[in-house]
Amino acid sequence: MSAREDILTRIRTALQDSPEAPQIPREYRAASGMGTDELIELLVDRLVDYKAQVAVVQESDVPARIASLLEGAKTYVVPEGLDAGWLAGMGDDGTGSSRRRTDSPAEPLSVAGLDGIDAVVTGSAVAVAETGTIILDGSANQGRRAISLVPDHHICVVKAADIAGILPEALRRIDGTRPITMISGPSATSDIELERVEGVHGPRRLDVIIAR
Amino acid sequence: MTTFLGMPALPAYGSGNLFAGETFPAAAHRELGNAQLRANLGHATHTIRDKRQAVVSELPDWEQLRDAGSAIKESVMATLPELLEEFEKNFTARGGVIHWARDAREANDIVAELVRETGETEVVKVKSMATQEIGLNEYLEEQGIQAFETDLAELIVQLDHDKPSHILVPAIHKNRTEIRDIFLREMPDADPALTDDPPVLAMAAREHLRRKFLTAKVAVSGANFAIADSGTLAVVESEGNGRMCLTLPETLITVMGIEKLLPTWQDLEVFMQLLPRSSTGERMNPYTSLWTGVMEGDGPQNVHLVLLDNGRSAALADGMGRSALHCIRCSACMNVCPVYERTGGHAYGSTYPGPIGAILSPLLTGIQAEENSSLPYASSLCGACYDACPVKINIPDILVHLRSVDVDSKRGTKKLPSQMDVGMKAASWALSSGKRLGLVEKGLPLGRLAAGPDRKITRLPGIAGGWTQSRDIPAPPAQSFRDWWAKEHRDAGSPGQPDPGHSHEPSRDDKEAQQ
Repeated sequence: MSAREDILTRIRTALQDSPEAPQIPREYRAASGMGTDELIELLVDRLVDYKAQVAVVQESDVPARIASLLEGAKTYVVPEGLDAGWLAGMGDDGTGSSRRRTDSPAEPLSVAGLDGIDAVVTGSAVAVAETGTIILDGSANQGRRAISLVPDHHICVVKAADIAGILPEALRRIDGTRPITMISGPSATSDIELERVEGVHGPRRLDVIIAR
Repeated sequence: MTTFLGMPALPAYGSGNLFAGETFPAAAHRELGNAQLRANLGHATHTIRDKRQAVVSELPDWEQLRDAGSAIKESVMATLPELLEEFEKNFTARGGVIHWARDAREANDIVAELVRETGETEVVKVKSMATQEIGLNEYLEEQGIQAFETDLAELIVQLDHDKPSHILVPAIHKNRTEIRDIFLREMPDADPALTDDPPVLAMAAREHLRRKFLTAKVAVSGANFAIADSGTLAVVESEGNGRMCLTLPETLITVMGIEKLLPTWQDLEVFMQLLPRSSTGERMNPYTSLWTGVMEGDGPQNVHLVLLDNGRSAALADGMGRSALHCIRCSACMNVCPVYERTGGHAYGSTYPGPIGAILSPLLTGIQAEENSSLPYASSLCGACYDACPVKINIPDILVHLRSVDVDSKRGTKKLPSQMDVGMKAASWALSSGKRLGLVEKGLPLGRLAAGPDRKITRLPGIAGGWTQSRDIPAPPAQSFRDWWAKEHRDAGSPGQPDPGHSHEPSRDDKEAQQ
C-alpha cells in the first residue's frame, strides 16, 4: 500500500467515531466602516509604528516624491508594468533613466544582478489599515517577488482606494492563487533578548507613498 | 459507522524528536539549577505575554475570532481525508508535487532524495517545527547534505550545537553576550571586534547568510497553513529569511503536518488575525508569503510538499485529545505557563515544549513511549494556557485525560498493587459511607501523636512522602468537623442554625492559631 493510501486509511480509521463538522460562527468583524481619511490616518500610524517611512501625497505629487527618495540610489529597479507616470520625475534626459533597471518576464534580472541594485519601486495590490499591512500579488505594477526582496530599499506606492480597514476586507479583494507577499514594515527580528531590531534579510528601508 | 477490513486497528505512532529521554521532574530539577536560564526565560515570557495582552485587547472581536478559529479547526479534523485530497488536487494542478510520509524516517528519506536529484549538497532552511520534529538536519548531514538554518535564533542554536528551547524564539535561553561568543567562535567571517549590541549581532548574521541566500539552489521550509480550496501554502515570518528561501532558489521542498489545513481561502482571514497577535504580540508579522504550486516566472520552478503523518493520525484517534492537533504553534501557552517559565523548553525533551507539548508529544508517540508519560503531569492545571490559546484548545482537560490514560496503561502491569492503588481503594472504602468515615476519623489523635510537640508532620511514609518533601503538614485537629458539628448541635432545636446566644469555648487549636 502506498504511503498516501496508508495515511488516508489511518485517518479514516481514527475518525470512526464520525465527529461532526461544526457550523463556523463568523461573528467577527467583516468590515471596518471607516472613511478614506480615517483609513489613511490609521495606516500611517501603524506603518510609523513599524519604523517604515510614510508620505501622504496627492497622486500628482507621486513622481516628485519617488525622485526625491531615489536621490541617493546609484541604481534602482522597476517592474515593467509600473505606472510610467510615476517615474516622470526621473526624467529621460538626466541620470534618472540611466540608473534604471527594468525587470520583465521576458528579461528577468539575475539574483546577482538584483543584489547590486540599491532600490526598488513597486505598486501594491491592497493595504490593511488596522495592521499596517501592504499586500503584493505579483501584478504587473509589482513584478515578481525577487525584485521587492533583494534590493535594500523598497519604495512602495499605495493608492488610497486600495486601503481596506481590516484584514477580511483586504483578503476578499485578492486572488489567493497569485504569488502573494504581505508586508508589515521593514524586516525585523526579536530573537536576541526580545529586543526588536529592524532590518535583517529583507529590505532594511521601507518607504511607503500613500497617493490620494 | 464504516468498517475498514484488513486495516490494523493499532494507532501508528510518531518517531523522531518527540521524546522525553528522562522524566520531566528529573529534567526540570536539573534545568532549575541554571540561574541564567531562569532569568532569561522570566524576562522573555513576561515581555511577550504583556505585548500579546496589549494587542489582543485592541480587537473588539477577539473572542469571536477565537470561536471561529476553534470551529474551523474542529471541522478540519472531522473532514481531514477530503480536505487533504482537495488540497492535493489543487496544488498538483498548478505544478506542485506532493509526497506522503508515514513517519519521520520516510519524510527524511524523501527530502534527501529530492535534494540528491538536484545534484546539490547544500540547502538553506526556513525555521520549521516539522523538520525539527523529524530531525531533518541531522539526517541530511549523515547523507552528506549540509542544511543551513537561516532564522536568526535557529542559526544561533545551530552554531552552538544546542537545541531550541521555545518554538517561537528558540534561542531565548541565551543572552546577548553568550550569542556574541557563539558568533565569534563559530562564524569564520565574524569581525573579531563584534560587540554584543543586538543590531550589531543581527547585521553579522545578515552578512554571514547573504551569500548563501543569493547562491542557494535548494530551500527547505515548513508551512503555517495550507488552504484546501485554493491549493495555497503560507509561511509567516519576520526577518525576510523566509522570503529569501521561498523566492530565490530553483527548488523548494516544504514539509508540513497533515493537520495544518484550512478549508477555504476565507479562513485565512481568521488565522492571520489570531496567529501574529498570539505569537509575537504584533498586530501583524513583518512578512507572510503565499504560493500555490509553481508560480510561473516567479520563484522556484520545482516545488514539492511532503505531507507528514508521524503520529498525527494516532492523535486524531483519541477523541478527547484530538483537538491538540488544532495547534497553530503560536507559543502563547508557553509564555503564560508557570511551569514552562521556570523550567524552560529543554526539560520537556520533545521538539514541542510547554503546555501544548505536554499533551501533543504523548499523543503523537503514545503515552508509554520513553518518559512521555511524565509530561501530562508537568502542569499545575491552572488553566492559563487555555485562556491564552487562540484556537481554544482545552489543554487542562486533555492533561487530566492523558493522566488517566497513563494510569490505565500501567494498570495490571505489576503483580502487586501499587501504593497508589491501595491508597485509592482505602479512600474509596472510607468515603463511601458516613459511618466508615467516622471510623477513620477516630484515628485523628494518632496523627497528632505523630506530629509531636512542634505540631507539624514533616515526613510521611511511602509515596505520600512526595507531599512532605517540600512542605510540612500541620497536626490534625483533636476532633473532626463532623464530630464538632454533632456536639454543637446536639441540643439545638433546628440543626444548621447556630443559637445566637451560644458561643463556643475556643478549642486549644483555636488558641494556638491566635498566638
